[in-house]
Amino acid sequence: MKHVIVIGGGVAGMQCASELLRQGLAVTIIEKEQDLGGKVRNWHKLFPTFTPADEVLSAMRHRLKISNNLKIRTGCQATTITANSVTLCSGEELKCDATVIATGFTLFDAQIKEEYGYGIYDNVITSAELEQMFNENNVHLAHGGTPKRIAILHCVGSRDEKVCQRHCSKVCCVTGVKQAIELKKLFPAADVFNFYMDIRMFGPGYEEMYREAQTAYNVHFVRGRISEVSPTFNSQLQIKAEDTLTGRPLKMSVDMLVLLIGMKSNEHNITLRNECNLLAQPSGFMQPQDSFIGNVTSNVDGIFYAGTITAPKNVGESINEGTAAARAVIEWLNKH
Amino acid sequence: MINFGFSINRPRTIDIDRNNLRKSNEIIREMPELQACIGCGSCTATCTAGNLTEFNFRKVHTLVRRGEYQGAYEEMNKCMLCGKCRLVCPRGINTRGIVMLIKRKLGDF
Ligand SMILES: Cc1cc2nc3c(=O)[nH]c(=O)nc-3n(C[C@H](O)[C@H](O)[C@H](O)COP(=O)(O)OP(=O)(O)OC[C@H]3O[C@@H](n4cnc5c(N)ncnc54)[C@H](O)[C@@H]3O)c2cc1C
Ligand code: SF4
Ligand code: SF4
Ligand code: SF4
Repeated sequence: MKHVIVIGGGVAGMQCASELLRQGLAVTIIEKEQDLGGKVRNWHKLFPTFTPADEVLSAMRHRLKISNNLKIRTGCQATTITANSVTLCSGEELKCDATVIATGFTLFDAQIKEEYGYGIYDNVITSAELEQMFNENNVHLAHGGTPKRIAILHCVGSRDEKVCQRHCSKVCCVTGVKQAIELKKLFPAADVFNFYMDIRMFGPGYEEMYREAQTAYNVHFVRGRISEVSPTFNSQLQIKAEDTLTGRPLKMSVDMLVLLIGMKSNEHNITLRNECNLLAQPSGFMQPQDSFIGNVTSNVDGIFYAGTITAPKNVGESINEGTAAARAVIEWLNKH
Repeated sequence: MINFGFSINRPRTIDIDRNNLRKSNEIIREMPELQACIGCGSCTATCTAGNLTEFNFRKVHTLVRRGEYQGAYEEMNKCMLCGKCRLVCPRGINTRGIVMLIKRKLGDF
């Protein structure tokens, strides 16, 4: 029986593994965390349908139960990868017939954008932390109390030469609009302002959700990037931006600032590039063979990609790539 | 008094904390569709008044939503209510209705 190693147990890796199992192959998933699920484990409800992330993950876990030919190695990080072997950081080497890299992305560290005061002022939080608060049903200010005015800032650590991240992270605009709606549902009397550069609503139902945020939830959208954040005497945050649609500077104080942090490429991609002969894009994400008919194939025979390892994507797209990569693996194995 | 040639400019910053948002909230509550504006500028591009004067419907209603009412009523008076803007608005906003509403709310400003 042919044996495939899938590196990374996020939604892309899980889907790829279940599809390979279904086709009768033996699969090992290597996951560095203690649990499968990847980033989606930390999200509360998924845009645009507000489906609980847990629901999606338990369906994915269920799909893996399809056969007994699955091994899951958690708490174990892969370092170098070839078509026929995966080396773990313990030094152990696993053998296989093909590999799929589904190691996903890394969240941008908001502290690098020092002007937004993350890690310096209370109540400057990231979108990932807000998801955590939603999960714990405990959205509150640092010293207790509920926010009356909230700002959400788009493109933090994306589309920004100053932090060497030129690409658009694709999912943060939708996340920002989704979180604005969720905040308005929790605090109907609060005012929520989204500061955006462009609004990128690329998927079905996304634009409709944006419009709903505007008209049904009265979320204010201001086109302009916050330039700096400073504390006020009553421990609020003062933010400054240009309201570019009126051509005037704008300032206001808010109780909470949510930073929509971007998706950046994993540090590990440097190892893949330097030691495994795999090609990476200027953004640091891995380079698939081409963007149309070879987007789950790498430049090395027998190594495949699935999910956000090659670019920012949403959950649905990542899962689809899991399936596509499994098909490509089987096709390749049949030829060899 | 000696004139040293200095003068003080009125601050240009839109200060949301200082602005009284009561009127702007009333306007949005009466016609929530105004918030759906995506700033495309189609209204201004097609506007008869805007092609002959400084009038910019998009800019004026955006300023009103930020609580900047100064001069908004006078600006809206330049509108001839021809309704061309409503024909082109991609968000289907009843733009002419907005002109009337802003004039009604800010008549005493
Ligand atoms: C704030 C935020 C909110 C989002 N909300 C939504 C939403 O509502 N709806 C939606 O469709 N999408 C959403 N997304 C996008 C979604 O998170 C991604 O599409 C999804 O996580 C991609 O899955 P993945 O499997 O490609 O990568 P990941 O989720 O990153 O999974 C990769 C896995 O690989 C493991 N791994 C990494 N390196 C190694 C290694 N060297 N060895 C072993 N294991 C390794 C990681 O631990 C991880 O478990 C959101 C993204 C962000 C940032
Ligand atoms: S999706 Fe939106 S917030 Fe995210 S990087 Fe792109 S434009 Fe910025
Ligand atoms: S109705 Fe008024 S704002 Fe609209 S196009 Fe005519 S003049 Fe311009
Ligand atoms: S045409 Fe409609 S959406 Fe476009 S700027 Fe005017 S009011 Fe806004």
